[in-house]
Amino acid sequence: MAIQLMQGNTAIGYGAIAAGCRFFAGYPITPSTEVAELMARELPRLGGKFIQMEDEIASMAAVIGASIGGLKSMTATSGPGFSLMQENIGYACMTEVPCVVVNVQRLGPSTGGPTSASQGDMLQARWGTHGDHQIIALSPVSVRQAFDLTVAAFNLSEKFRTPVLLMADEIIGHMREPVELPDFARVPRQDRIVCESPADYIPYRNAPGDVPPMANFGTGYRYHVTGLYHDPMGFPTSRLDEIDPWIERINRKFDDHLDEIILVDEDTMDGARLALVSYGASARSARHALKLARQKGMRISMLTLLTIWPFAEKAIERLAGQVDRILVPEMNRGQIALEVERIAGRNRVQRINRANGEMVTPQMILNAIEADL
Amino acid sequence: MSTESHLVNEPETGMDPLPAEDWFESSETLQKLRKHKKFPTIWCSGCGIGIVMGALIRAIDHLGLDADNVALVSGIGCTARMPVYMDFNTLHTTHGRALAFATGLKIARPNLHVIAIMGDGDATAIGGNHFIHAARRNIGITTIIVNNNIYGMTGGQYSPTTPHDARATTAPYGNLEYPMPISELAITAGATYVARSTVYHAMELDKYIRDAIQKDGFSLVEAVSYCHTTYGRLNKLGTAADMLGAIKENSLSRQAFEKLTPQEQAMNAKVVRGVLHNIDTRVEFTRAYEKLVESLEQGVEN
Repeated sequence: MAIQLMQGNTAIGYGAIAAGCRFFAGYPITPSTEVAELMARELPRLGGKFIQMEDEIASMAAVIGASIGGLKSMTATSGPGFSLMQENIGYACMTEVPCVVVNVQRLGPSTGGPTSASQGDMLQARWGTHGDHQIIALSPVSVRQAFDLTVAAFNLSEKFRTPVLLMADEIIGHMREPVELPDFARVPRQDRIVCESPADYIPYRNAPGDVPPMANFGTGYRYHVTGLYHDPMGFPTSRLDEIDPWIERINRKFDDHLDEIILVDEDTMDGARLALVSYGASARSARHALKLARQKGMRISMLTLLTIWPFAEKAIERLAGQVDRILVPEMNRGQIALEVERIAGRNRVQRINRANGEMVTPQMILNAIEADL
Repeated sequence: MSTESHLVNEPETGMDPLPAEDWFESSETLQKLRKHKKFPTIWCSGCGIGIVMGALIRAIDHLGLDADNVALVSGIGCTARMPVYMDFNTLHTTHGRALAFATGLKIARPNLHVIAIMGDGDATAIGGNHFIHAARRNIGITTIIVNNNIYGMTGGQYSPTTPHDARATTAPYGNLEYPMPISELAITAGATYVARSTVYHAMELDKYIRDAIQKDGFSLVEAVSYCHTTYGRLNKLGTAADMLGAIKENSLSRQAFEKLTPQEQAMNAKVVRGVLHNIDTRVEFTRAYEKLVESLEQGVEN
């Protein structure tokens, strides 16, 4: 494909289409609406379906319903809508229904700043729905990566039967960059795992790899799906001998595949005493500051987190073994820094925060680097 | 009909009851229940919800629908537990959201018979917005609302259909609010088929549910029921049998209602049973969408 000047939100929409998304339900909200507009225009041309629901609660519900019906499904929203979606995101975790939720983060809390950038929902992504659960969340740094990580989000969601959150931000969503998208037909796609025959089908069995194949409704597999704790047949249970193995399996399916789920970009330098850890739009500023600092002859490493959850503990441990100090720039009051501090030790981590809707600038980061060295 | 009675009643003849296996084997209708699983139901003995489940199964059976092609979607509450007992594609979702989940499923699989099953609180309080918009959109979902005027599962709190002045655990001095007319709301919002009957009139429910399933657009059957365990106890209305009898006394057919004088109609406090609305002037949503997809395939754009 030719090089195009493209917005992040557009790249997210095309990434979804390339990944095989054929259902979108959403509700208008700044700064994510361009995703819905693109899907409304493009999906019916591909035989896919778009619907504008009455609110974000309904959008999330419709996405899960369509996924159970067999279509790869997505919604896109921002803070207020993301809050409304939380209960049903938990339902998708509990019932193991693949789907993708895009949050183009804006300044919060509450109505906050609709066109102001933020990374304020990073911990909500981890713990926003009630109950102990695992989740996958990705965060793109560029327009092209918005495309790639949307594809990755769909593939991970199908492979591990889980909702995947694409945690973009207003800057990535609205920024335009020249990009060259790959041929959609050549994009690697994880399709739904094929089930055994209906007679042998046990919807929540302890399958190898801990991800049971998912049968689509209306294809001859009649089974029960519920948000209650359920036995391997999908029926509600309160028996500990059925609940405990289920809890173990649904955690193991993440814990045993962290290498596959966790994507990072490591830019290390021998002899560096200091490292930057960042993600999303903040990582752009960090990369720029890194370049300026290296030009001045400073030795600095950088780790960009592309997968936010599950957290890249091993990569942080590696980094902490190489450097003395870690700086964590982010557009909040220090959310991912908490995780870095947990692994590297609090006295080795310095937060660089801006939580007023504006970017952490390269100069802010450079100043912090110079003050630290 | 006689076989279903075994579900709730012991045989009165003094004979030993049939083993459970034989009940199921004896009837094709009963085989639409999940025979090895989840019986007895969670419902209190004497509850009206089982009557609605019986009517739904008979309706599906009568229409000869392929069980693989039927999906039951519910939310949370006593009524929402209904799908787990029946051998179809069954989806037990979050409180109030059955119609929103059902909307996604129906759009993904337009040929599936999608039936949403809700109670009054589930459908009209927490799920009220989805109820209005599913009707407005005219999406081809058959909706069954069991209206027992109370939140039963949580122990008897007032719902949007609890009558004014009636008692509930959260209305210990009587309900200050006024009830929501479920069927009338659906008609106003754009439903294309709306019928109402009661759990006393089980055969009527059979017929209305059959008609509703066959309707292309958004259809609603409101099944007026009772909750003797909470509402009945709090309002001193007697046993399940007493309440079932009262439902009979406190309802009249649409034909009888139409014979009343305008003044009598205005004063009427009884449940009006019948087909309240049946129109063909609105295109069902998934059909409209499929037409759009076809026209785009042919390169036609508005």
